[in-house]
Order: sequence, then structure tokens, then C-alpha cells
Amino acid sequence: MLDIRGVTKSYGARKVLTDVSFTVGDGRMTGFVGANGAGKTTTMRIILGVLSPDSGTVFIDGAPVTASDRRRFGYMPEERGLYPKMKVAEQLVYLARLHGLSPASARRNTVDLLGRLGLDARAGDTVESLSLGNQQRAQIAAALVHDPEFLVLDEPFSGLDPLAVEIVMGVLAGYAAQGAPVLFSSHQLDIVERLCDDLVIIADGEIRANGSRDALREQHSSPRFEIRTAGDTGWIREVPGITVIDFDGDFAIFESETDAASQAVLHRAVALGAVHTFSQQRPSLATIFKEVIA
Amino acid sequence: MSTTTRPVHTAPTFAQSVWLVSNREISARLRSKSFLIATGILLLISMASVIVGSIASQNTSLTKVAVVGTAISVVERTEAFDIVETSSVAVAEALVRDGTVDAAVVPSSSADSLLGITVIALDSVPSDVLGTLSVSPDLEILDPAEQDSFLAYLVAIGFGIIFLMSATTFGATIAQSVVEEKQTRIVEILMSTISVRALLAGKVLGNSLMAFGQIVSIGLLVSIGLAITGQRVLLADVGPAIVWFAVFFAFGFVLLAALYAATASMVSRQEDVGSATSPVLFLVMIPYFMVVFFNDNPLVLAIMSYVPFSAPVGMPVRIFLGQAEWWEPVLSLVVLALSTMVVILIGSRIYSNGLLRMGARVSLREALHK
Repeated sequence: MLDIRGVTKSYGARKVLTDVSFTVGDGRMTGFVGANGAGKTTTMRIILGVLSPDSGTVFIDGAPVTASDRRRFGYMPEERGLYPKMKVAEQLVYLARLHGLSPASARRNTVDLLGRLGLDARAGDTVESLSLGNQQRAQIAAALVHDPEFLVLDEPFSGLDPLAVEIVMGVLAGYAAQGAPVLFSSHQLDIVERLCDDLVIIADGEIRANGSRDALREQHSSPRFEIRTAGDTGWIREVPGITVIDFDGDFAIFESETDAASQAVLHRAVALGAVHTFSQQRPSLATIFKEVIA
Repeated sequence: MSTTTRPVHTAPTFAQSVWLVSNREISARLRSKSFLIATGILLLISMASVIVGSIASQNTSLTKVAVVGTAISVVERTEAFDIVETSSVAVAEALVRDGTVDAAVVPSSSADSLLGITVIALDSVPSDVLGTLSVSPDLEILDPAEQDSFLAYLVAIGFGIIFLMSATTFGATIAQSVVEEKQTRIVEILMSTISVRALLAGKVLGNSLMAFGQIVSIGLLVSIGLAITGQRVLLADVGPAIVWFAVFFAFGFVLLAALYAATASMVSRQEDVGSATSPVLFLVMIPYFMVVFFNDNPLVLAIMSYVPFSAPVGMPVRIFLGQAEWWEPVLSLVVLALSTMVVILIGSRIYSNGLLRMGARVSLREALHK
């Protein structure tokens, strides 16, 4: 478990993080969402020890993280980079060995990972000769090659083609399924929505929302329902406590002041005939995000 | 992953990290064509200078003179000339005019001539002929110089050039490799894995080993060349100076390498490396020009041999000239080693502060600030 407690960081007079606290649970894919400049990268750099916080602590499994613990992290920085003139496989072996792997297991992991990411044919090429998408895959391989126990990935999906997105999503989900805490940031809210179990939303260096994706959705659900029936739905207007937002014959969207009012609509609709759809409108992550950071 | 057993993350020690980083630096250098070519050229130049030197020293053919009549006894006594006997002064003059001989020696026409001979030359005073035929007074040198001043000049310049070339080549390489890591942002992955000090130490160590290897191979090549071409006398003179040069270079280069790494970490683009590291370049060039201009000035040389930046050139030159007491190189080496340590401490602070600052050049004040 990765625990960030009360982290504050300023650059000179500019405060970039204010009392940032959140938890990345074991086996939880945690999406880290925020606008540009909200403090995502700074937070991740502090978790990895690349930057030191002004105050606050990062804990792993309850103990403050140490320099040697950080070798168990897999990190993908936002700004991509590998040695351009070094061969892909060689580079991965080098990074794995810096993380403390023996030469043999470094090589074994490299071969295994390149295979899973579909890069095995490029193992002997220099990084600069790869296409952008393949460079990105190599970058992901660099974060995973030492079999990390924690993953911190800054925008792992940016620059990937849809196929590569699926591959990477599969690899990350595999890590989480084994119990590794995975923290990743992304601007592609649809991917975050599909992939994450938990969500952390940051704005202006402060955590604005934090919790499981489903709980957040519940919290931010509007009292808005949609209904589709066999007959005309014009009668809904007359139900007390109901405001119809949209109406088109057999279809209506309405807001209900109380649970009882929406249930009353459902009862009456069932009494009148067949009901094809009756559902509360769930907000998309994009909607929640806008609401939270507003 | 579940398919393999999770490897144990035994954190490498500081030394292991440094070793891994330096190995990568070395293999990256060995794979770079420009490095191999530059090294080849440097080795060729030093080999060529030995060979040229040996040819020049063997090429002491005797001066050809035409001799007429009784002058021959005087000229033969010197055993320093290739003699062409001629029948008359006119024939001798003709030989001088067409360049067959450098000068002619003929019996003097005036009776009160001291030596009884006249030297005929074409357009300038043939000083070597005159010198050999002249009568010299007795000479006594009170404190003979250990080395010929021209040879001393060559040796001084030789050390200067080798130091200048190696230091600037490898200094620039270190600077580029620092900025490459910064520019490609791999530095962030490296910093999240090993300590910044290990990274800096590995870089400095790897490149210093390469530079030192280059210096040692040049030293060996020159020594072997001197031995093969039969210039053993010179080797005996230069040998100790070469060994001291290698020792001083080892420390001096580490100092420069730390400075290059630190100054380079203040910029983010390869284009800015030149201007950022130019102050270090001046420090490297000063000793070179100092030996060129002041190699015959014992006071300046003595000062140079203790200043850390110029000691690697200054002290070996003084050892060669026999101006240094036995303890002087040792003392100078201690001064150099201490200042290297101080520079590494300051340099690693600049380096770790500079690494994550992207974009505009970091000011020195910011870089030193914690």
C-alpha cells in the first residue's frame, strides 16, 4: 500500500502542492486526474524521491519510504526519455541492473517483457530508430523491466495507438491483479474511467476528490432519470415533485426532487403498460471532473 | 509477473551503481565512431612525432665543401666536412654557384691572414662552416643546464598538447553525456533509481578511465617508439616525467571531469553546452599557454606546478628539467587531490540541483543553493 500524507511543496513563493494526501491500495488501479499544472507530475516525482517535499511523508506499507525501497518502484516519467543511441534490449538490461537485478534475471525479464509488448523484433534496434509508438512501448518496458512492486506512471497512454493502449491496459491490469498498487495519470478520461478502481482528482495543488470510482459516481449522480415506455409519457409532467427536462413521445428525461417521486413515476408507468427503460443518469468521469474542479 | 518468480530487489551498493554507470559510459564511448577516430588520430600524431624526431636526429649529413690546394690540410683536420677537391679557385666558385657544394675553402690570397684560408659562399654567411673552421676561446660553464632548451620546449609543449587534447575531448564528452541524459529526460528514471552522487561518480569514473587509458597508451607508444628508433638517451630523460604526468593527469582529469559535469548540468540543450562549459575550457587552456610562453622561466613554472589546474603539465616539465626536489611532486599531488575532493563536493551539489531544471540556463547561485 502506498500512502501519501500531508505533502506540501513550493517553488520559491509559488505553492504547487498543499497538504496532498491519498492512498493507493494494494491491487487498486488508481487514476490520478487533474488539469495541466495541477501538480500531478510534482506529486509523482515526490513519491519517487526525485524531488523532496517541503513537508509530508510517503509511506509504503506503513513505513516511510527509503531510497532502497524506491528500487521496487516502476516509474514512467511524463517527459519520455531513453538513451537514443543505445539498443532497446541493452538499455532495458542496464535499467534492470541499476534496480538491483542480477545480469541473468535482467536479461530474462527484458526478453519476456519485449515479447509481451510486441517489441521483440526491435530488441536490437537503437531507440532513436523506433517509431514514436514503439518508443513509447519501450518506455513502458523501461518502467516494468525490474518487476516492480509499485507502479507510478505519468501519462502512460499518451502517444499510443489504440492497439497499444489495449496492450498496455492489459499489462497494467495484470500488475494490479497480482496485488501491486498502480497509480497512473491520464488526460484521456475515457481510459481512466474504464481502467481505474479508485480516483484521485487534483486541482491547483489540492486533492479535490478521492475514493473509489463507483462511490464518486454515486456522490455526483444528479437526480436525473430517463424513461422509455410503450405509450406516451406526457403524463409525467403532472406527477408532483417532477420536472421534465426533455420529452419526445414515449421517451422522457426528468428530474426528481425525492426518491419517492421518481419511484411514483415508475409505479405509474408500469401500471400504464410496458416500461423499456428506467434509469438514473450516471455522470461520466468528465462531468464529475468538471464539477469537482469548478 | 505471475509467470516468473519475483526477483529479489537487493539494492546495489553505491559502488555497484557507480560501476554500472561507468561501464555504460565506457561502452557508449567505445561504440561511438567519432571517439574511435579521434583516439586513432591522437595516437598517430604522437607516433609520428617520435618517428619524425628520429629521422631529423639521424639526418646529420656532412656539409659539402669544395677545397683548393693547401686549404685541404686545414679542412681535413676538422673531420666535419664532405670534401670535394678542385683544381682551381674558379672551379670551386663554379661549384658554389651551381649549388653542388655549400661553400668553398681556398688558400687565402692575402699574406697576413691568420688561418691562411678564405671561405667562399654564395649569398649568405655559412655559419656552420665558419664555426667549425674558427678558433674558439676556452669555455667553462659553471652550472650546465640538464636539458637542451629546445628539447625542453618540445617536451613542455608535448605534455601541454596531450593534456589539452585529452581534457577537452573527454571533458566535452562528459558534458554532452550529462546534457543528453537531461535532454532525453532519462535522468528522471535514473534519479528515481540510484543516487545522484552515484550517477555523477559513475560518469566521472568511466570517462576518467577512458582518458587515462588514452594517456597511458600514448605514453607507452611514445616510449616504445623512442626505444625502437634508438633514442634511448631521450627516453631515460623523459621517462620519469611521463610517469609523473600520468599520475598527475589521473587526478587532474577527475577534477576537470567534475567541473564539466557540474557546469553542463546547468543547461538543458546540446546547443548550450559550449557556452556553459567555456569557463572550464579556459582553465584547461591556461596551463598549455603558460608552458608555451614561460617554459624557460623557473619561477612561473614553479607556481604552475602547484596550481591544481596547471600542475599536471607544470610539475612533469619541472621534473624533466631537473628543477624539482623529490618532495615537490608529492606535495603538489596532495594539493591536487585535496582540491579535487573539494571540487567534487561542490560539483555534485550543482549537478543534483541542475538536473531537474529544464528550459532556461540555471544560474550558478540557484545551482549552489540547496
